[in-house]
Amino acid sequence: MSLLEVKNLVVEFPSRRGTLRALDDISFSIAPGEILGVVGESGAGKSLTGASIIGLLEPPGRVASGQILLHGQRIDNLPYEEMRKVRGRKIGAIFQDPLTSLNPLYSVGRQLIETITTHLPLNQAQARKRAIDLLKDTGIPAAEQRIDHFPHQFSGGMRQRVVIALALAAEPQLIVADEPTTALDVSIQAQIITLLKSICKDRGAAVMLITHDMGVIAETCDRVAVMYAGRIAEVGPVHEVINHPAHPYTAGLMACIPDMSVDRERLHQIDGAMPRLNAIPTGCAYNPRCERVFDRCREERPDLIDAGATRAACWLHAAQPAQGVAA
Amino acid sequence: MSAVEKHVSALTERSALPAPAGAAPLVRATDLAKTFDVSAPWLNRVLERQPRQLLRAVDGVSFDIARGETLALVGESGCGKSTVARLLVGLYEATRGGFEFDGQDAHAAFKTPQGRQLRRRIQMIFQDPYASLNPRWIVEDIIAEPLREHAIETDPQALHARVDDLLRSVGMSPQDRVKYPHQFSGGQRQRISIARALATQPEFLVCDEPTSALDVSVQAQVLNIMKDLQRQQGLTYLFISHNLAVVRHVSDQVGVMYLGRLVELAPKHTLFDSPRHPYTRMLLDAIPKMHDTGQARTPVSGEVPNPLNPPAGCAFNPRCPHANDRCRNERPVLQSIGGVRVACHAVEEGRI
Repeated sequence: MSLLEVKNLVVEFPSRRGTLRALDDISFSIAPGEILGVVGESGAGKSLTGASIIGLLEPPGRVASGQILLHGQRIDNLPYEEMRKVRGRKIGAIFQDPLTSLNPLYSVGRQLIETITTHLPLNQAQARKRAIDLLKDTGIPAAEQRIDHFPHQFSGGMRQRVVIALALAAEPQLIVADEPTTALDVSIQAQIITLLKSICKDRGAAVMLITHDMGVIAETCDRVAVMYAGRIAEVGPVHEVINHPAHPYTAGLMACIPDMSVDRERLHQIDGAMPRLNAIPTGCAYNPRCERVFDRCREERPDLIDAGATRAACWLHAAQPAQGVAA
Repeated sequence: MSAVEKHVSALTERSALPAPAGAAPLVRATDLAKTFDVSAPWLNRVLERQPRQLLRAVDGVSFDIARGETLALVGESGCGKSTVARLLVGLYEATRGGFEFDGQDAHAAFKTPQGRQLRRRIQMIFQDPYASLNPRWIVEDIIAEPLREHAIETDPQALHARVDDLLRSVGMSPQDRVKYPHQFSGGQRQRISIARALATQPEFLVCDEPTSALDVSVQAQVLNIMKDLQRQQGLTYLFISHNLAVVRHVSDQVGVMYLGRLVELAPKHTLFDSPRHPYTRMLLDAIPKMHDTGQARTPVSGEVPNPLNPPAGCAFNPRCPHANDRCRNERPVLQSIGGVRVACHAVEEGRI
């Protein structure tokens, strides 16, 4: 059974000029121990998907329909206090900016111990020992002394390690990591990714890794979901999506990334920009920017269809047998 | 893109064309240094007997950029690359060393009335297009400001036409003139910044992380425009970025900085194909490999040391796998070894 299942999730923001649909019919699942990448441009709805799962949607945003199931139990309709117990205990969260996700007024030890005693039946001394162990596991040198330091005394990479320790404090089975390495330098990014991978493998935790960096996805994830304008454009095993993209958007996105091995005078570019939520075109949301658009794309909205090794929301794969899309 | 190119070439005809190749470099930095005084207030220093604290943000950087070429500076946060950018446009005064632009001492010239002429020829593009455009000005005012400031165009009609040309040259519509920055996406805002930078027909553009705040598809659009403009107007760029793939795409030469100093300076292909300095190798190893999925990078241990208290000898020695006693005591200087400029004892001695 899958650990997390999201079924036809719709998230809406009521506004004075009508309701904006920010997530439109999102379905995916994560198996225990699996790392699922969620990739897309700003405004595609990646972070919103993560926020819905951990129950931290900012009002007036709300889940309008659909279900989120953890171990087969619905968590999208839990009361606030119930959800608080799930968050932290069953689902851990790591956010982008490690400086803002830690409280600057409390030592990191106090924050860790608070999280541990909230979720686990341990006393102060046991919790402190566990906090030190967690800091050691996340690779913080001299954890016994560092536990009493404040967030500003840590560097960016070290702070992100503390945030990971916090997310792991109560042994959750699922970790939602929203752009965990975006604020970090490449050398530190490699350290954090390696840490995240090894720690999840050791503890059997599943990860939903939200990022806009295809490189991070490529080396970390088992499967990847590509999002565009509030919908999933393509989902499948990571090497298939990267090497044989079935959706023209995925293909275009991959071609935009400067390649280290070839010299090109110009980069491939996708003209235009992602549509705003109040102006999503009818049919496929990508049709005005798509190189391979045809009549049906402008009229009918595609759902995820089998396209070889992946599933893509693209009419190109409806009639004829699936084939890769050239960039 | 053809429409854009047409308008760009229309602009070019009016601007001065680059000098013939083989001339002196357009930009020459010699032993450029900037030190910030980050001491505690005087009273604290007296009462608590604290010493003065100096932060050497840039500590002796030298490079040349030939006309029409791009030098990229890469390095981790805090290595001093943005300080170099600010020194070159005159936003900071150098503590030591100098910067020559087209044969004249730019830092001396910035202080004289002729400095205004020089400023016209050097412009800057900033990282965050959300912060670098005044939210209360319409696009026309933003782009026309340098033209008015330098009294390049005084006739309102001509000013109008010039703003339209500039907007077209970055692939935007003249109708966007009357809009405010918040009505544009990040990529469009960055193009407005580029249009403003181009308004004075500069020869040298300092670009401080111009695409870091943008998504990849938008980044590709902006990089393409920057390269088109360079080809058509013979622009010279200093391009600062931490993204090595982007640097490899745009640059001719690459300088790698670590803790305020250049550790390696080489032509693009030499640097990426055969990096010499251990830090350069580490940076290249740290790039995620796109097509062999699941392959772990070799993470480098350690972090950039505190610049207030840099290690003795080579600043990279605590993280370097090849460090020996000499590296811990003697600071290596940037010297030509095998055709590239590199500051490393191990490379000099042939150990690596």
